[in-house]
Amino acid sequence: MSRAHAIKRGVSLYSYQEEYFLRKLSLEQCVAQATAIGAYGIESLAEQMMPGFPHLPDSFYARWHEWMQQYRAVPVCHDMFLDTKRYKNRLMTEDECVESIVRDLKHASRLGCKVMRVLVFVSPELMEKCLPHAERYDIRMGIEVHAPWHFDHPWIMRHVEMIQRTGTRHAGFVPDMGIFTQRLPRVMRDRALRNGATPAILDYVSQAYENGVLCEYIIAEARKMGGNPVDMGFAEASRHNVYSQPRRLLEFMPYIFHIHAKFYEMLDEGREYSIPYEKIVPVLIEGGYDGYLASEYEGNRHIQDAFDVDGVEQVRRQHAMFQRLLGEPAAAARATH
Amino acid sequence: MFDKYMICDSGLRNLTQSGQIAGFQFGARLPYYRGLGLSMIEEVAVTVDGQAMARENVRLKLRDRTYTLAEMETVYDQVWEMGEVAQVHVLQPGGLTTGPHRIELMEQLRVSYMPFPIIGRDAKTLNLEA
Repeated sequence: MSRAHAIKRGVSLYSYQEEYFLRKLSLEQCVAQATAIGAYGIESLAEQMMPGFPHLPDSFYARWHEWMQQYRAVPVCHDMFLDTKRYKNRLMTEDECVESIVRDLKHASRLGCKVMRVLVFVSPELMEKCLPHAERYDIRMGIEVHAPWHFDHPWIMRHVEMIQRTGTRHAGFVPDMGIFTQRLPRVMRDRALRNGATPAILDYVSQAYENGVLCEYIIAEARKMGGNPVDMGFAEASRHNVYSQPRRLLEFMPYIFHIHAKFYEMLDEGREYSIPYEKIVPVLIEGGYDGYLASEYEGNRHIQDAFDVDGVEQVRRQHAMFQRLLGEPAAAARATH
Repeated sequence: MFDKYMICDSGLRNLTQSGQIAGFQFGARLPYYRGLGLSMIEEVAVTVDGQAMARENVRLKLRDRTYTLAEMETVYDQVWEMGEVAQVHVLQPGGLTTGPHRIELMEQLRVSYMPFPIIGRDAKTLNLEA
């Protein structure tokens, strides 16, 4: 576990969305929270925490760079969105899509990022059209390999084919560790229970998912068991989540330059309930991954109906786990980066 | 995903236009983790004390401008930001009576990467404020 590696820690500010939504944390305070736990790599979502985007004034970018310096933070990744359904009666044309992506490349560049997260629904053809622009801004565009997609899914295989055919270094992947969801998140199950689900069906679905039963079988069985709409929603979670083999990361390592460390619930004993980081991190070390592990906390939406959300504490716990798995002395984490 | 925050806890008021009570208003947010352009807000549906309000009587006041839902369909340069409070106006001569009212709100969003719209729902009992 203590093998030499160059993996760095970061936070996607997405993790603090509940606090930002309720205006308990400002953008600057989100940056401060991340760096306070030694997670210096900052991933940001302009459409979440930078009101006015895409028309941000120069003064915004100046302030951003002041914060980066003040908190010793590193702007790592900008998460783009693409409103292909912006118009009611038609989809955006390919040229309009390129224009929108260029807008995001420019923003990423102004933030000082080297990586842009690209939504997985963007096609390899559109990515290829954007390559000259990504080269111009020198931003690496990473398709977010997000559950239920995974590296062996035909859509991702087509992206791999495009990357290999063009030989580009400006397109690749930002895998979301949700592709290694070995157990359905307990927070999802508990929420379903609060919403009126049937315990026996929740137990069946959770166990069957963990056993690798095909999602179509799980959904059909839940229906046979007399599942109500909440039960069926939980059964559908077996379709939206996926557990693929963490060692598959090794083959694609040359194309991976950023990672979303998705998580739903950090347990008191320092493990994530559903995603086995104990298996994942050693694979990243073995593969020589040298980018950031950026926290992406997504438990809030499953607990906010009944509990106060504390994204800051959840992220802190995840980083204590990373420090352990990366062989990083906990106390030294604040002093170095 | 942020459904429970859609209707603001306070701020239900009658709406006065040229000396007449023309309807009522309350604060609302999007149930989404990012801002969205108004053209992609497909529905803002209000029910008060069990009675559905007509779509053409609903307005959204975002910052300094007020839109009908039909107008919003072609507004491409204004974003309802994440967590930002906008005012939902409902035109109803006489407005609401004093006391508590059950407000239900549904918002339907056209989110490009989703194969179906995101629908958020919230319901709160609010007291009409002066």
